[in-house]
Amino acid sequence: MKKIKIKVNGKVKTVLNNSKLSNLLNNLNIPIKKVAIELNQEIIDKKKTSNIKLKKNDKIEIVHFIGGG
Amino acid sequence: MKKDKLIIANKKFDSRLIVGTGKYKSMSECAKAIKLSGAEIVTVAVRRVNISNKNKPLLMDYIDPKKITYLPNTAGCFNSKDALRTLRLAREIGGWKLVKLEVLGDKTNLFPDMIETLKTTEVLANEGFKVMVYCNDDPLMAKHLENSGADAIMPLAAPIGSGLGILNKINIQIIRKQTKLPVIIDAGLGQASDATIAMELGCDGVLVNTAIAKAKKPFEMALAFKNAVVAGRQSYNSGRISKTLMGNPSSPIEGII
Repeated sequence: MKKIKIKVNGKVKTVLNNSKLSNLLNNLNIPIKKVAIELNQEIIDKKKTSNIKLKKNDKIEIVHFIGGG
Repeated sequence: MKKDKLIIANKKFDSRLIVGTGKYKSMSECAKAIKLSGAEIVTVAVRRVNISNKNKPLLMDYIDPKKITYLPNTAGCFNSKDALRTLRLAREIGGWKLVKLEVLGDKTNLFPDMIETLKTTEVLANEGFKVMVYCNDDPLMAKHLENSGADAIMPLAAPIGSGLGILNKINIQIIRKQTKLPVIIDAGLGQASDATIAMELGCDGVLVNTAIAKAKKPFEMALAFKNAVVAGRQSYNSGRISKTLMGNPSSPIEGII
């Protein structure tokens, strides 16, 4: 399977082409209920991450709440 | 005494003190200070998850969003686009609609960019957000925000984190007098008495972060702010005496020996 490079929270990651976004989130141990996810600046429905296949140069942002004023 | 509740976007709160969750030494210190403050609303920031350290503690593990209302903010946003992106993400994390908008205009004084703020308020209100808006202490701008669909006006007391206290009491009173919305003093308070003054001016609440988090004893200061807000509100509701230039004896003149 072909490997591709994507960016997750600004860091380059190598994943298999067409692998599922849900797999990536699992591998990264992301607590889905406590985050929001953007793929190429579009907000992703968290219920549908297994329908999304990763492509070369995809940019993913995973955010959560931290302390702030 | 009848229950005197803070009402924001039809939600009722017993505490009129909102606290920020930034600048604490640790999450457990933050959680304890919040508990002592009695706050029912806390502000939180939206940031990237640390993907290289999977065991990093999460705020939600320390402060239960089912018990305490999270108020996502847009701290660090300097334009409308970034603020909208941040709050749309915040909503996605778990359905948060009550948000605090702050669009800053200057990195040194941290004053809000009111043109961007006003524009963003309107967009957010149209998207169904309940927007509490950090703003300067300009009554005209506060009116514009109200007309744009804001749910609370949050004028600064002084620059964020400055601890200077309320610099323009007159403007704050005018803002309070002219609007039906809750007015929450946000930013710049330094000590508990500043919160009392805010409440005595008629404000509906105060938001405090640095003054508690960076006090030498944050837990004691959290308690002090809690009491100060209660005292200020009670004082405001009690109707103060009018001021006179000359003295009025407190003991009767009659029967002096």
